[in-house]
Amino acid sequence: MSHEVIKHPGLNLGAAHGPQHDASEALMFGFWIFLMSDAILFGLVFASYVTLVNATAGGPEPHALYDIKSVFIETLLLLASSFTFGMASLALKYQHSTARLIGWLMVTLVLGVTFLDFELHDFVSMFAKDGVPSRSGFLSAFFDLVPLHGLHVAGGCIWLICLVGQIAKYGVDTQAKHGVMRLALFWHFLDIVWIAIYSVVYLAGLA
Amino acid sequence: MIDQFRDDEETASRKLEERKDFYSYVWGFSLALAMTLVPFAVVHWGAMRGLSLLIFIGAIALVQMAVHFRFFLHIGWRQKREDLLLLLFSTLLMVIMGAGTIWIMASLAMRMSLPASP
Repeated sequence: MSHEVIKHPGLNLGAAHGPQHDASEALMFGFWIFLMSDAILFGLVFASYVTLVNATAGGPEPHALYDIKSVFIETLLLLASSFTFGMASLALKYQHSTARLIGWLMVTLVLGVTFLDFELHDFVSMFAKDGVPSRSGFLSAFFDLVPLHGLHVAGGCIWLICLVGQIAKYGVDTQAKHGVMRLALFWHFLDIVWIAIYSVVYLAGLA
Repeated sequence: MIDQFRDDEETASRKLEERKDFYSYVWGFSLALAMTLVPFAVVHWGAMRGLSLLIFIGAIALVQMAVHFRFFLHIGWRQKREDLLLLLFSTLLMVIMGAGTIWIMASLAMRMSLPASP
């Protein structure tokens, strides 16, 4: 069992799920290709941020705008949500009760929404210090990059709510299983993008 | 009787696999947590400065990304399809385009005598 070939990224359903396990291979590979193209999009937005980070045009600089405590809490929230999504994937793979699966998904949703709440507070406090997108090239690039990730997280949250509704109505069928598995990839991927954001934007900006 | 025995064995091996999968997430979470705490602590208490601090933050971030890919996305060497190759190729494209952009734009900024990138 332990030497079973991994069919696709993310937690594999395994032979116990029969044809659903076989059907997931092509679906998950296709979603993986999308994620890699999304990664390149993020990579280039990062490049434009690094290019413009010194173009403050006399406006506020990173030191004056970033709040390390808030970013630290956001990082922990996203990391915890990655772990709770992992627990949801385990509940799916090992066919635990539907309540347990939905429970872990809801915990993940709460963590994701709390993350967005902290991030919005960050933006509002930046606006209060004249850190608006039109102020300088640096701020334009910042508000291109960080809210792009935030929008992805918001999209993931909406997707999660839809999946929970789908499971509540139709049960854990093939569609629901593949939906949860693809959202798991998306969610873990967004956490990886956040590592780059807190390192390149916040920690390097405050260093 | 034999069927019963086989079922028990199957349940046991599944339980074992579940424990293994569970600890994979616990390991991933613990390693990622450590690699989050260290750079935040270093920046917060100003233990390092300048270029060496930037290199330190970047190196830890790269290792943490590898941990996430390994333990949360389960990317390994035994993939059936080209998942890992696709990831490495995308990384190569990103490095060429990202590093190229930063290099050219920093050089341009210097020649235009604007403040250059670090």
